[in-house]
Amino acid sequence: MSQKLITAKRKTVSSIPRPRWQRVVRRFARRPMAVTGLILVVGFVLFALLGPILLSDPNQQDFAAILQTPSLAHLLGTDDLGRDVFARIANGARVSLMAGVMSTALALIIGITIGLITGFYRGWVDVIVMRIVDVMLAFPFLIFAVGLAAILGASLTNVIIALAVSQVPEVIRIARGEAMAIREQEFVSGAVADGARDGTIMFRYIAPNAMGAFIVQATVAIPAAIIGEATLSFLGLGVQPPMSSWGIMLTSAQQYLAQAPYLALFPGIAIALTALGFNLLGDGLRDVLDPKETR
Amino acid sequence: MSEQPVLEVSNLVKHFQSGSRLGGGRTVVRAVDGVDLTIGRGEILGLVGESGSGKSTVGSCIARLTQPTSGTIRLLGRDISTLSRREMRPLRSEVHVVFQDPYSSLNPRMTVGQIVTEPLRQHHRGGRAERNRIVSDMLERTGLSLELVGRYPHELSGGQRQRVALARALVLGPSLVIADEPVSALDVSVQASILNVILDLQVELGFSCLFITHDLSVVEFISDRIAVMYLGKIVETATRAELFRDPQHPYTQALLSAAPMADPSSARGRERIILSGDLPSPTEEISGCPFHARCPVAIDRCRTEVPRLLGVTSPEHQSACHLVTAENGAPHIKQGDKNLVHNAS
Amino acid sequence: MSVLEVEHLRVEFGTENGPVIAVKDVSFTLEKGEILSLVGESGCGKSTVAMSIPRLLGDSHVTLGGSVHLNGVDLSAYSEKRMQEVRGKEISVVFQEPMTSLNPAYTVGNQISEVLLQHEGLSRRAALARAVELLELVGIPDAQRRTAAFPHELSGGMRQRVMIAIAVACNPLVLIADEPTTALDVTIQAGVLDIFRRLRDNLGTSIVLITHDLGVVADIADRVAIMYAGRIVEMASTAEIFAAPTHPYTRGLLGALPSRAIMQANGRRRLTDIPGLVPSPSTDPDQCQFAPRCASASIECTAARPTAEPVAVGHTVSCYHPAVGAML
Ligand SMILES: Nc1ncnc2c1ncn2[C@@H]1O[C@H](COP(=O)(O)OP(=O)(O)OP(=O)(O)O)[C@@H](O)[C@H]1O
Ligand SMILES: Nc1ncnc2c1ncn2[C@@H]1O[C@H](COP(=O)(O)OP(=O)(O)O)[C@@H](O)[C@H]1O
Ligand code: SF4
Ligand code: SF4
Ligand SMILES: [Mg+2]
Ligand SMILES: [Mg+2]
Repeated sequence: MSQKLITAKRKTVSSIPRPRWQRVVRRFARRPMAVTGLILVVGFVLFALLGPILLSDPNQQDFAAILQTPSLAHLLGTDDLGRDVFARIANGARVSLMAGVMSTALALIIGITIGLITGFYRGWVDVIVMRIVDVMLAFPFLIFAVGLAAILGASLTNVIIALAVSQVPEVIRIARGEAMAIREQEFVSGAVADGARDGTIMFRYIAPNAMGAFIVQATVAIPAAIIGEATLSFLGLGVQPPMSSWGIMLTSAQQYLAQAPYLALFPGIAIALTALGFNLLGDGLRDVLDPKETR
Repeated sequence: MSEQPVLEVSNLVKHFQSGSRLGGGRTVVRAVDGVDLTIGRGEILGLVGESGSGKSTVGSCIARLTQPTSGTIRLLGRDISTLSRREMRPLRSEVHVVFQDPYSSLNPRMTVGQIVTEPLRQHHRGGRAERNRIVSDMLERTGLSLELVGRYPHELSGGQRQRVALARALVLGPSLVIADEPVSALDVSVQASILNVILDLQVELGFSCLFITHDLSVVEFISDRIAVMYLGKIVETATRAELFRDPQHPYTQALLSAAPMADPSSARGRERIILSGDLPSPTEEISGCPFHARCPVAIDRCRTEVPRLLGVTSPEHQSACHLVTAENGAPHIKQGDKNLVHNAS
Repeated sequence: MSVLEVEHLRVEFGTENGPVIAVKDVSFTLEKGEILSLVGESGCGKSTVAMSIPRLLGDSHVTLGGSVHLNGVDLSAYSEKRMQEVRGKEISVVFQEPMTSLNPAYTVGNQISEVLLQHEGLSRRAALARAVELLELVGIPDAQRRTAAFPHELSGGMRQRVMIAIAVACNPLVLIADEPTTALDVTIQAGVLDIFRRLRDNLGTSIVLITHDLGVVADIADRVAIMYAGRIVEMASTAEIFAAPTHPYTRGLLGALPSRAIMQANGRRRLTDIPGLVPSPSTDPDQCQFAPRCASASIECTAARPTAEPVAVGHTVSCYHPAVGAML
């Protein structure tokens, strides 16, 4: 960054501005909620990576011990086939997190790019894109994903693609709205006067100022995509056994709701905690990345 | 050097379409309606007028932040009025802008250092060390401590922000700076320091400047020449001394008489003209002189015939009023013929 | 007896980032038919003074000190209900932003007659007739028809005039106008100032005119109080302030006016500016708050706060080293 050389050359400058990431880390560390969110998210990621290695085989069936309530042997109980629920949650975390995070990330990359371009240029491209987006938004998110997954065929990659594509219209809508609002601000005229290219304006001026909206969208979309994966898998359009996910566990627990409510409860809690984690993390990130936030 | 002006604007028009497409109530806002301007090398031209008279629109057309409806804009002899965004980009090193609100005109996510470096980056000027040298030099010239390079705009005072905006506008060494009310949002003491900096830098760097303001005392302080704008048109232009000595257009006279003077004895002694009515809406098409509805000395001809901007008394002093004649000079609205006064209140 | 007496007014806001002492110690009196101008730069506490006189800062975060007497009666003794009667009838306020102060959902005539219905007990018909008169008084042409207009149908200048019409509807003793012309163009401003002058001349209204524009002051004020960082640092008649300013800050403000530019030896124009920044309003150290920016500052100035002392009849200044004589 430029300031380093300037300050190095002139010894009179008393305080050297810290590089940005240090400042961001410092500000992040000062927010207990954000740190909690980070711990939750990192915890689940580690759980997904290490759980299947450390815990018992999630697919090992034990017909002597079906639908057992939580005990020392089976911390979270067993399911209808006598499989250990805790091990299965660890195993399912991989698919659920992958589906949630990857599809959302993909949707953000595509949606933000298209949204910024259409919102920035307006014109006929915008009209056409928004027509398509409106049509897509007329379908509920899941119906669209189901249709797409049915065409693509059942696999984790296709689930991610189907979920990503169905999220894209909403992201486009948000990014376009932000682009349209921010491009009217005077600092964008200033950038034009600087001689900035359109791409520079979109990605250096508009996108950083829309970051808050994108982060909020991500924190909402990740849990929704985790549930979406569940539905696809439930319909046989998602991952196939022996692979599993929280969503599959949740949906298959439905038939035992009366006898073994904990079967639905634990994957439900896992999903809720993940959602909470991403939410807190997102809020924290939005704040620390905003230089106007004073804390 | 040739005597070629830095900027030559002729018959600039900018009409905005407004109103809903559905309601059928589509109206045209005649923000700028035929403006001619010339700015010589190293000259500061002050553009004054009431809010809504089209000053900012003129500025942003010249900087090509807005596409003019028609007319020509010659920057250093080259017509830029129809250039595309891409064609215009290399020429942006020759013209930059300073806006009224120094807060909204700076990217809130960039540091001062980044903001001032940005024009150099866009025009691929210098290497890193070279850029740092230019930027520190510019910050120093605008009176900013180098400690501020790492700060964000919201961490600066209004005056400091405006200095950053100025440093950024001047860092490429443009021939023309368009300053749109650069001190209007500032307190007097801060305003004073910014005006001083602008004048100092103008002498050091030699740029020309279109200085837009609604404040007559500011325009009198800073300008070499002044153009008065009313309802999308220039109604009078003259050198600073000449305009204050002999305001010819009735609107200029009213403006001068209404301007607050920070001197109780003369402020109270003078006879002031209070115009009736407000600035007409720029959506209505006005026949004849744009000022006739408020002009205390309007005659019948004013309602039908548009007065042209002419140097009647001298080529350097132009005004657009039927009553300015070579024989009698300008009308004086304070002592206007009783029969003519029908708009004064 | 003065119409309005403000003594040792102090206003503190409690904020997330600690206290903000917007007004530290402000005292002044206002006579009948007098226009007193309160001048100072952004953030010095002018609006806070304006709001606290009619007790419009009805917020639990605010702590108030000092007293306000209206015609000799201490307003702090009044209940909130009694204050509601005082507001609009005895003390009226005109705010800076005419757009946001009017209710967009009601016609102008409606909003003016509302005040009259509430305070004067007029009939609806009589109130509406009076509204037309008031609009004429503030120079709105075609007043009869304009009573049916909604605020958004009027220009900024007209809205401000409507605000003034509402403020003077009940013929108040005291009118507090907070930057009433800042948002207006000069040709419109001249008209609005003229209304104030006529109110004072014809109805004997006492006016506190808050502004940062010394041109407006020169034009209309009888007396001027210069505020800096929550305090009045100098107070004198308008003629005296301009002819013989004594506080270094007052002199700085005057020197910064473009119309008072100095021609330098090299033929260049120059303004005298005030170096440095306004102090943070969160503290109130026992020293002259202007000292860090003052060219005349001495050790004394940072040792204790200067108090207001008379330098001439009706001219007080809070400074250890007041300047004498006219400015250059
Ligand atoms: N409700 C509030 N809460 C916290 N601080 C406040 C509040 N209102 C005003 N302040 C602070 O009090 C100080 C004085 O504010 P005030 O609005 O009275 O200034 P002013 O002189 O009217 O300025 P201006 O010329 O900008 O209108 C400022 O520092 C301001 O930020
Ligand atoms: N983008 C726009 N769309 C429609 N009308 C506009 C736009 N920009 C300016 N105008 C109108 O053009 C007129 C002149 O505006 P402006 O140039 O900003 O005036 P000034 O700078 O003199 O106050 C005003 O009536 C204003 O409302
Ligand atoms: S006299 Fe006529 S032409 Fe001249 S300004 Fe008045 S209306 Fe316009
Ligand atoms: S008291 Fe001292 S510091 Fe304060 S204004 Fe007077 S001379 Fe300056
Ligand atoms: Mg403007
Ligand atoms: Mg205020």
